[in-house]
Amino acid sequence: MHKFANPTQFMRIANAIYPWVAGICVLLFAAAIPIALMFSPPDYQQGETVRIMYIHVSSAWLMMMIYGIIAANSAMFLIWRHPMANLVARASAPMGAVFCALALITGMLWGQPMWGTFWVWDARLTSTLILFFLYIGYIALADAFEDSERGDKAAAILALVGSVNVPIIHFSVEWWNTLHQPSIIKASKEGVDSSVHSSILLPLFLMMGAFTMFYFALLVLRLRSELLAAKIRNARLSQIAGHSAAQPAE
Amino acid sequence: MTRKRRRLYFVLLGLLGLGAGAALVLTAFQDNIVFFYSPKDIAEKPVCEQRCRIGGLVAGGSLVKEGQNISFDLTDAAATVSVKYVGILPDLFREGQGVVAEGRMNNGAFIASNVLAKHDENYMPPEVAKALKDSGHWKEGEAPPAGMNNN
Repeated sequence: MHKFANPTQFMRIANAIYPWVAGICVLLFAAAIPIALMFSPPDYQQGETVRIMYIHVSSAWLMMMIYGIIAANSAMFLIWRHPMANLVARASAPMGAVFCALALITGMLWGQPMWGTFWVWDARLTSTLILFFLYIGYIALADAFEDSERGDKAAAILALVGSVNVPIIHFSVEWWNTLHQPSIIKASKEGVDSSVHSSILLPLFLMMGAFTMFYFALLVLRLRSELLAAKIRNARLSQIAGHSAAQPAE
Repeated sequence: MTRKRRRLYFVLLGLLGLGAGAALVLTAFQDNIVFFYSPKDIAEKPVCEQRCRIGGLVAGGSLVKEGQNISFDLTDAAATVSVKYVGILPDLFREGQGVVAEGRMNNGAFIASNVLAKHDENYMPPEVAKALKDSGHWKEGEAPPAGMNNN
């Protein structure tokens, strides 16, 4: 694992899998969007409103997965000082924030017609809003210092502290009674257990797969540009250093 | 012990402490985090003298509508509370459905200022719901039969 801490090594693999990830992402979206949004059946209670769920659950899945990735990479950065881990965490944060916002917004749009309200302060909704603030706080803190290394460290610590919220979000619907319904997909001994009919569950899996591939494809692109930006920064710095070293000789 | 080792233990210990702290806080605030009380809670202790929320199933045959004046019984099988409400009900509201009512107890009845419908985790096409009901495998308001996806 430690050899992937080297950016060159890491990007060699990332660049090799990128066309596959991007290709699978396009294929999955090409299947998931028409199936989920047009051809899948309406729900017996919600009618066509159920289609919001495909976007909502996929976004919520990504906001949780991305936070997990940020927390794991922050730990690796703090313990082993791997620069690549820090870069992955930093590049993921804005994407996590966007998917978290998407989950909140689609949830509100669904809640108004179904529950009769946009928002309630139940445990699931409140903990998800806290996750959104954690993302925003992480992004702000990472860039809040003149010395970017201090920002890296402070943000990594915030990400680790915030990681207690992830299991709270997941189990909130089991630990407390909430307005939000319990999880519709559960891992069980026999594999995946769900109270969702297969004609609705299959498009949901397609959509979740498409969203996940989209994140990984975008992550590679963001890492490439981050590394290029670092190269440009270093080139500028050495240029300035070269100038000031040359000056006394004049 | 190398510095990396030390940092690893420090992070693990920190997470452990944080997790324990969060667990203690959440247990301590257990009563404040629940979104609604059940009719059984209300029968046992006077939790709803001030504003609160109660949640349960709308008892079958209890719904009475006179224009906007609505009354129904909210039940959790252990206890029942009668609810009075003036206003518009959400789309999902019907007998057998889970709902959450916001308001306060007054002379043994719950005066609701707001009624929210609770949605369950069961998703299926209308034809499947109809087939399950017709064949007698499932009644509205109950959990659908196991192995629904194998039908």
